Amino acid sequence: MEVDRQENTIAAISTAVSNSGIGIIRVSGNKAILIIDRIFEGKGKSLKEVSSHTAHYGVIKDGDLIIDEVLVLVMRGPHSYTGEDTVEIDCHGGALVMKKILETVIRYGAVPAEPGEFTKRAFLNGRMDLSQAEAVMDIICSKNEYAMKSSVNQLKGSISRKVKELRSIILHQVAYIESALDDPEHISLDGYGEELRSVIKPVVNEVKKMLDTADDGRIISEGIRTVILGKPNAGKSSLMNVLLGEERAIVTDVAGTTRDMLEEQIRLGDVFLKLVDTAGIRETEDIVEQIGVSRAKRAAEEADLIIYVVDGACPLDQNDQDIIEMVRGRRAVVLLNKSDLKLVIEVEDLEKKTGHPVITISAKEEIGLKKLEKVVSEMFFHGKIGFNDEIVITNVRHKMAFKNAFESLCMVMKGIEDEVPEDFLTIDLMDAYEKLGLIIGESVEEDLINEIFGKFCMGK
Amino acid sequence: MHNLEENYDIVVVGAGHAGCEAALVCARLGLNTIVFTISIDSIALMPCNPNIGGSSKGHLVRELDALGGEMGKNIDKTFIQSKMLNESKGPAVHSLRAQADKQEYSREMRRTLENTDQLTIRQAEVSEILVENHHITGVKTSSGAVYHAKAVVLATGTYLRARCIYGDVSNYTGPNGLQAANHLTASLIDNGIEMFRFKTGTPARVDKRSIDFSKMEEQLGDENIVPFSFSTDSKSIQKDQVSCWLTYTNSETHRIIRENIDRSPLFSGAIEGTGPRYCPSIEDKVVKFPDKDRHQVFIEPEGLYTNEMYLSGMSSSLPEDVQYQMYRTVAGLEQVKIVRNAYAIEYDCINSLQLKPSLEFKKIHGLFSGGQFNGSSGYEEAAVQGFMAGVNAAMQVLEREAFVLDRSQAYIGVLIDDLVTKENHEPYRMMTSRAEYRLLLRQDNADLRLREIGYKIGLVSEKDYNYVKEKERLIEEEIKRVENTPIGANPKTQDFLKNHGSTLLKTGATMAELIRRPELNYFMLTEIDENRPDISYDIAEQVNISIKYEGYLKRQKQQVAQFKKLESKKLDINFDYSKVASLRKEAVQKLNLYKPVSIGQASRISGVSPADISVLLVYLEQEKRSR
Repeated sequence: MEVDRQENTIAAISTAVSNSGIGIIRVSGNKAILIIDRIFEGKGKSLKEVSSHTAHYGVIKDGDLIIDEVLVLVMRGPHSYTGEDTVEIDCHGGALVMKKILETVIRYGAVPAEPGEFTKRAFLNGRMDLSQAEAVMDIICSKNEYAMKSSVNQLKGSISRKVKELRSIILHQVAYIESALDDPEHISLDGYGEELRSVIKPVVNEVKKMLDTADDGRIISEGIRTVILGKPNAGKSSLMNVLLGEERAIVTDVAGTTRDMLEEQIRLGDVFLKLVDTAGIRETEDIVEQIGVSRAKRAAEEADLIIYVVDGACPLDQNDQDIIEMVRGRRAVVLLNKSDLKLVIEVEDLEKKTGHPVITISAKEEIGLKKLEKVVSEMFFHGKIGFNDEIVITNVRHKMAFKNAFESLCMVMKGIEDEVPEDFLTIDLMDAYEKLGLIIGESVEEDLINEIFGKFCMGK
Repeated sequence: MHNLEENYDIVVVGAGHAGCEAALVCARLGLNTIVFTISIDSIALMPCNPNIGGSSKGHLVRELDALGGEMGKNIDKTFIQSKMLNESKGPAVHSLRAQADKQEYSREMRRTLENTDQLTIRQAEVSEILVENHHITGVKTSSGAVYHAKAVVLATGTYLRARCIYGDVSNYTGPNGLQAANHLTASLIDNGIEMFRFKTGTPARVDKRSIDFSKMEEQLGDENIVPFSFSTDSKSIQKDQVSCWLTYTNSETHRIIRENIDRSPLFSGAIEGTGPRYCPSIEDKVVKFPDKDRHQVFIEPEGLYTNEMYLSGMSSSLPEDVQYQMYRTVAGLEQVKIVRNAYAIEYDCINSLQLKPSLEFKKIHGLFSGGQFNGSSGYEEAAVQGFMAGVNAAMQVLEREAFVLDRSQAYIGVLIDDLVTKENHEPYRMMTSRAEYRLLLRQDNADLRLREIGYKIGLVSEKDYNYVKEKERLIEEEIKRVENTPIGANPKTQDFLKNHGSTLLKTGATMAELIRRPELNYFMLTEIDENRPDISYDIAEQVNISIKYEGYLKRQKQQVAQFKKLESKKLDINFDYSKVASLRKEAVQKLNLYKPVSIGQASRISGVSPADISVLLVYLEQEKRSR
């Protein structure tokens, strides 16, 4: 377990991620300058030699590949926010570029920051006032809770199931080896290397596959969890189809996931939205009736953004009343649809009833969508929805965990090849088990002992 | 008042494997010590299996010996067969196990106790602990005698309100029909100690003359016997050994068990205690693993003095008649005669979370405990705890610092940390998989790890200490030499490599590089090593392991360095965690229940997250600065 991290150099995106505007990646720790120096190419001297609190213009490169033009700010400890050597990379290439830079920084030796870790270090290094201690503890606590929730939420169900399956395969093998080590006269390991190889080989392949696809959104869907609500025939599916139109759709789900988990990622202007519970909408207009009010309520509760589609051509009814209840006090945008027909509902009236901005649109004629983009964008930039940085770093953490697990499993395969004693193999196997556990938020605890006792017959 | 009253520095309650070590340590450190036992004839009794050591338990004995404990020396004097287990596996899991002559073992330990200065042995049942203002002041026996003491070590084993059961027969006795201790539990509860009830079991002992060994596989001891104790000269213990025998249960055995399962007290509910999962009774195995068509049975001698044989693998609490039926289905046991029945035993023990890592009760100053009383199982687990509890009782009386081994120093540290940090619902057994730094905690280097500590406590002689210091020096010297010795790609080298199926050298290499090749090792390289010094096997072994597994060892050493940092951040065991507002509710509850001594221990409590640890670190810093 890694709890004492003070010696690590940490990195994270420290501003909200968007596809335009400036974003900052912050790196802190005694290797911060060294790491950035290896990937930064500027006009002047090496970052190791520049004076503190200076800015440098140049590019971030991964090998020969230029990722982005950036401005790099070097601050040496103790005169920085954390009190440690700190480098800030200001870049402007949007979300994907920022993620790329963060990943590069991590590949070159930093680790993804834990939630609240910059603040924690600032305090522990004496850069914050004693009176701020309570606030610091609160930040660590709340950020972690959010991260835990989002980490699990971000993970697709199919991936989570796969990871669990792989972990249980690994654990079983470790337990078998350990049982034999603890009770060699009852359980034999003769010829076991071959068996282990045949079991672990496919696991290595699976982990590799997930690692390779970690970027294209099949593992983690990034974006604001968004749910579209509206009574039957309000125009939800037309809206969906417009939003998912060819040029907007970035990722659609892989086949084979269960229908109720179906979700789609779309880009709305600068912002990524993750539309959840889209199955109901696609198959039938009738989300509230089909899946039930309680289910819609739950979807709405878990969402970070609600898009409420109102049928402008007919008066509000009981369905609308139910939905208005759900959106009250939540982050929501109300779309008054069917502006191509005669509207029987007043915009002001609807704004008053829902307490949210109302945009008149016609999903059919694709009118008013620019306005929707603008409103959501503004909510995003004004900090109303400011959590995308957390999602990006979760993604990076997961990717790193897959990578570490993959490397450990490769060590196992090599160990089998070299006929390393089995008790060495379990070290790397357990390592892979632990790393995969990080992805689904499960620790090791007593798993192994329980598996040994549960599955193998030991003892006198 | 006509009752007897005496004064001692330290009282030890119980003279089993834990009690003996505790008593010896205290007396050897110069403290006036008395040890109580229900029967003088049961000192260091082995009421279950007739062996010492085995996987991970062998490690414990080695460590205990390096620190100055007695168990290793005692088994070296009384073993009748010895075997190094797991020799084909990595060095970290090699483990020594010896069959003991049970009576000799017990007698030899008694002799040692009886001839130790400052140690009084007394046959009596301790029925009360005397506590004043949360401080222990002594004990009282069932006869009313009072023994005042500055510290008390409880090592009552399986005797507290013990009950032995088979079928519908139930006897309120300790093991082997010895008298149980029926009064002490109430006194402990009165003093606020939380008790558990655990259960364990033992197989039947049978008459050797009724066994047909021709139907069994003979199990011989090792040709070269390795002693347990670092102080024993291995030449002095090479001797003729007795054999054990292997046979199997079969479908008929299993059928009889299944048909009579309703007569087992385990399944009928007559046994309330929690049994261990790792040493299940034969009926447990048959029920839990129905797919296995046979189970191993090892037939082990109980000693040279007797014809009794122990049926390892077939512990049971089935009724007497069923025991006869099932044993007689096993190949070679068709005519077997039982001398003692198999039985299950239930007893009171404590919830070990009430203890500090020093094995002192958090709530009662001066009261220490060790062994099965703490919820562990096994002679070796008991002995090391007794030793640690004894050392700490002595340290307290001598006003010296408490002695705690951490998880990176010894299996003993792992065992005790697990007991005082993790919830334990069954008799705890040591296992190598519980030791996360096991590559470093090998049985072969226990002296290098712990001799110095034992010396500083005052339990290891100057001579033994100097020996290990010199050994250390020679190892380092030889490692350096091997790492800096170049080997040319000359015909002699190439021939050597070819003969051992190893890739030929293109350019020169160091000797260390060759040792790291999977197919080679330090010993094999003697052939081409012209300047090999004359060093003993145990030194050569260390050199080989250090070089061959350097990568793995380095990794674990780095993890240990991290671990040590968290262990060194101390917490106040009287702290009220509800004062830290940002801790999650679950964390507050757990931390208040466990009262960890360090951030490291806190991080191992289930239900305390890394985020909670971060919050605690900030809180500690805040406290530090406000002072």
